[in-house]
Amino acid sequence: MIRIISRIAGFYADGFRNLSSWGRKVWIIILIKLFIMFAILRLFFFPDFLNKKFGNDKERSEYVLEQLINSPDNHDGKH
Amino acid sequence: MTENIDLTLIGWSRAQFALTAIYHWLFVPLTLGLSFIVAIMETLYVRSGNEEWKKITRFWMTLFGINFAIGVATGIILEFEFGTNWSNYSWFVGDIFGAPLAVEGIVAFFLESTFIAVMFFGWNKVSRKFHLISTWLVAVGSNLSALWILVANGWMQNPVGMAFNPETARNEMVSFWEVLFNQVAVDKFLHTISSGFLLASVFVLGISAWFLLKKRESSFARRSMLVASVFGILASFMNAYTGDSSARTIAKVQPVKFAAMEALTEGKTNAGLVAFGVLKESENKVGEKYLKDFLFKIELPGLLSMMTSGDRDAYVPGVIDLVHGNRDRNIMSFDEKKTRGELARKTLIDYKNAVKEGNTALRDSLKNVFAEKSFNSEYFRFFGYASVEKAEDLIPDLSGTFYSFHLMVILGFAFIMLFALTLYHLFRGTIEKARWFLWLCLLSIPLPYIASELGWVLAELGRQPWIIQDLMPVSAAVTNIGSGSVIATFFIFAALFTTLLIAEVSIMVKQIKSGPKH
Repeated sequence: MIRIISRIAGFYADGFRNLSSWGRKVWIIILIKLFIMFAILRLFFFPDFLNKKFGNDKERSEYVLEQLINSPDNHDGKH
Repeated sequence: MTENIDLTLIGWSRAQFALTAIYHWLFVPLTLGLSFIVAIMETLYVRSGNEEWKKITRFWMTLFGINFAIGVATGIILEFEFGTNWSNYSWFVGDIFGAPLAVEGIVAFFLESTFIAVMFFGWNKVSRKFHLISTWLVAVGSNLSALWILVANGWMQNPVGMAFNPETARNEMVSFWEVLFNQVAVDKFLHTISSGFLLASVFVLGISAWFLLKKRESSFARRSMLVASVFGILASFMNAYTGDSSARTIAKVQPVKFAAMEALTEGKTNAGLVAFGVLKESENKVGEKYLKDFLFKIELPGLLSMMTSGDRDAYVPGVIDLVHGNRDRNIMSFDEKKTRGELARKTLIDYKNAVKEGNTALRDSLKNVFAEKSFNSEYFRFFGYASVEKAEDLIPDLSGTFYSFHLMVILGFAFIMLFALTLYHLFRGTIEKARWFLWLCLLSIPLPYIASELGWVLAELGRQPWIIQDLMPVSAAVTNIGSGSVIATFFIFAALFTTLLIAEVSIMVKQIKSGPKH
């Protein structure tokens, strides 16, 4: 089992060592892109609204339920 | 909404989602199609043992790799937007989307990332057959990944196989198979992947034509063109067939979109299919919204009735029938649907009040109402109409829907001609002399991208005002956050994606110029 895992790891390591120039470039782009997406956009611009605003699913359900049953032409004031 | 979500926020949230989806879709279809073209080329190499096919396979595999790497994970941004900008919607559909997207994640991660490594690192390290199997698995895996997101989108166009749980305010899946084999999802998947095959075929044709124009790599280019044109013509027929099937399904489940696709304002029997037309503002209007008339059109008489029902005398409802209703044709009006939607909402309000007041008997009885088939088919299916104010709000942008549909179809037929002419020149041995045609192939590269994007514009613009057909309008789905942050991220995405696109094109152009390696 360990032999198989080390062969697989060696296969990947070899592949990365012998990357062509375009391969290196696209890997750099992938890493920069993932960093921008997860470390900047996700953290600072795209928090999960319901997770951030409410502590549990019950509160989230109540909030969304409130949103679903309220609309501009619904003024019966029952809720 | 009580929190008064303003139109600026809705508009910018939609624009941001459209921008990211359009850019994401610049990368995806080439991956879907080129993966199969590469697999076919490698099969020819393994079967023939001819090293020329290996050279061809490796060249196109490189371009596939660049496109895959630049495009990978761009779709995740759409999921960020769901949680931030469309939180009501995300919560409402959560359980339906959860299963397909989880399957997508597992399939994409294991199939693609494992076998892509074999594709690129495995030459001369694994057997030819194992390498070939890996290439085919990447092609199948990439296309299967698309299946799950299209199943989710299909559900939004035609919600089936679920039940609404008033306790959690979520839709819960009751039949995985009904969601998976939803006719809209099946049509959408087959039509989308065949459009990717077609796009990749034109891409291979265009770049091969460039080599011939430069008088380089003649054998490589001709062989590539042969594979691309045969694959492309088969993909085109599949695309036309699934497009037709898709239109028939739309006629049934999204009749307003269908009427808008043909700019059919008043219903008729023996309805003609518009092959080409130019629209003008009509004097007719619904509420405050003016409809469209034709300035001129070329119409195939009776074909629209024939296509939708297999009968020339079949009645095809127009926008006016679908909004105002038509009792003779058994078409429900907006007002009636709104009344039913309001009753469903009233039931939900009563449920909420019962929970608040601790009236468990009423709460349980109302919860059971939401599980009743008749309540769902007669009332809850119109739930979203309670949030639509005016009848005219049901009408999507007629010009946008009509033109995106017709331009897409015209381009689709043009591609069949392109592939057929390529095969003609290849078999006559005149391809290298027909320089005008080689230029045509090269200049055609952007056209399937435009056609593919137009398909999405049609699908998404044509279903307005709905985010989930008849259940939830866009205005009820959006999160009430400051529009400033949505505007800011719109421009951040525009910059990020444009940079990625420039990076892709420049790396690809460099690889193309350096040509296949001997």
